Amino acid sequence: MRNYWNIFDDKRMKIPSAFSLQSSAFRFRIDLLRIACFLAAITIVATLGFLLYEILSKAWPAITTFGWRFIIRSDWQPNRDLYGVLPMLMGTLTSSLIALLLALPLGLAIAIFLSENFLPSPVRHAMRFIIDLLAAIPSVVYGLWGIFVIVPLVQKYGDSISQHAGSIPIFQGPAYGNSLLAASLVLALMVLPTITSLSRAALVAVPMVLREGSYALGATRWETIFNVLLPCATPGVVAAAILGFGRAMGETMAVAMLIGNSQRLTFSLFSPSNTLSALLANQFAEADGLQINALMYAALLLILMTLLVNLIGELILKKTQKNIWS
Amino acid sequence: MKKTIFFAVVLVMLAIMATSHATTILNGSGATFPAPLYQRWAAQFHQEHPAIAVNYQGIGSGAGVNNFTKGLTDFCASDVAMSDPEIAKVKEGVIMIPATAGTIVFSYNLPEVPTLNLSREAYVGILLGKITAWNDPLIIKNNPGIAALSNLPPISVVTRSDGSGTTALLTGHLAAISPEFAEKVGVGRSVKWPVGLSGKGNDGVTALIKQTRGSFGYMEFGFAKNNQLPMVTLENKAGELVAPSPASGAASLATIQLPQNLRDFSYDPKGRDNYPITGFTWIILKKEYPTEKKTALQDFMNYALTTGQLIAPQLGYLPLPANVVQKAQEALTSLK
Repeated sequence: MRNYWNIFDDKRMKIPSAFSLQSSAFRFRIDLLRIACFLAAITIVATLGFLLYEILSKAWPAITTFGWRFIIRSDWQPNRDLYGVLPMLMGTLTSSLIALLLALPLGLAIAIFLSENFLPSPVRHAMRFIIDLLAAIPSVVYGLWGIFVIVPLVQKYGDSISQHAGSIPIFQGPAYGNSLLAASLVLALMVLPTITSLSRAALVAVPMVLREGSYALGATRWETIFNVLLPCATPGVVAAAILGFGRAMGETMAVAMLIGNSQRLTFSLFSPSNTLSALLANQFAEADGLQINALMYAALLLILMTLLVNLIGELILKKTQKNIWS
Repeated sequence: MKKTIFFAVVLVMLAIMATSHATTILNGSGATFPAPLYQRWAAQFHQEHPAIAVNYQGIGSGAGVNNFTKGLTDFCASDVAMSDPEIAKVKEGVIMIPATAGTIVFSYNLPEVPTLNLSREAYVGILLGKITAWNDPLIIKNNPGIAALSNLPPISVVTRSDGSGTTALLTGHLAAISPEFAEKVGVGRSVKWPVGLSGKGNDGVTALIKQTRGSFGYMEFGFAKNNQLPMVTLENKAGELVAPSPASGAASLATIQLPQNLRDFSYDPKGRDNYPITGFTWIILKKEYPTEKKTALQDFMNYALTTGQLIAPQLGYLPLPANVVQKAQEALTSLK
């Protein structure tokens, strides 16, 4: 067992005997680089801890006032100091889930396509680069694009869908442009790079021998992909999906611009909804009194949810990588 | 090289120190609605009085009052003035000065209908979600032309998603005229609307209305005017249909008899020519300041109450009635 806390002197730092003079001078020196790195690492951990503490302490009055009812109540009425985040909680989960349902098949298909040699390698590299570039577009740009492209589309087709299939609760009218569906569609595009690149990594990591073995048994390329590669890469793909889900849950700006920000609980894809992050973005500036505490409570829930989801995703990812390399 | 940079930094710092010694800086923050006007006043005032610099940030009424109470700013501005419990937290005491006034209008997106008249029952009904179609009998009653139109979209109500003085004034008015609204929704900067979608800020609401056919929402007069949105003519307490305009807004303001603390809202003015939804917005000062700041604030406020009132209509705000200006100036002299 090495002593990791010994940051002042490193016995392992053996200087070749030809430099023995310097070496003796070196040994008693404090390793400044090591201290600096150590401090930097500690700072990050401390910051996260401090952040959680700060939010928890600010949320405390709301936690003691509302307790669990905060999560299951569906009215958010700052003028009457009544707070319940069920609609936003549901909005966060459903919008992220729909985004995932749309993005996962697409992302997986792209990942399969890019991990096979259908196209010459430079072209594949270019495509990978473009998909990764989607992750670099600022959220607000997605929001604007959603406003000008997705919202009119959703309104146009939503109207006719809700007129014909309005009896099904999820298609119930009246159809709004700024709706759960519009936000989910844009979210799907935003999580696509995450899902694609992680799934591709999982597929590429499947050992070559398995693929060769499958071919040797006479399987076609598609049989190999569906029966050998995908099952092997499944945990990695699941991790990709979960991490994509986590990203969708925390997304703020684009969602706030598209989801319609209504404080009501709805089940229709075409009605305005809300998410926890959009609620925070909208209401924090003008909040006072208990509303601030309630918003902090909502922030705490959001942090816990995203932390949990990301943790699960990372765990699965770690486990699968170990399996493949060992 | 390093030396040059060092000297440059020192020089800049000295320059900053020198200027800050020469000028009195007044910091304020608060309501976003009057922010464009206050910033314009600050800029023009600084040109006339180079020794005084006024900074105003539109961060929201609530946050502005908070900063002021904590002593971070010299003054604050709020669309709902300050409540008595809030005032109690400022140990020097406060003076609330009406600085300008605004009119809240309803706007809509229905190109087939160039003008729209709504009775009180109709606009309360729309906002409560009881009227959802543009050809509702209550709307047709005041707009016979709509009966002939077919294929109208449903009404999409657009509200504010953030807390705002605009919402506070509107809900105050609606609660005053409809017991049902008072019970179901209530009054406040941020309420739970029974229908519709919402956007952030006056500009967010404006954008949603422009974009959504069949939409109906509320905003400050200036925003509707600058964006050339149609404005709804409303029925007032006397039963008259009155279009929003600087004249009808000023008529409503003139009916407000301000009490000693200069804080009052006219949720439902009763004159025949009064537009029903208008209200003041306040700049709030402490009762005591160091001498230098006191005179600077008095100068600025006197400028705002005189020359400033001439600028207000250019930006879509209502100038204060003469009797209010007089009362406000009297209140200013009591600063210590």
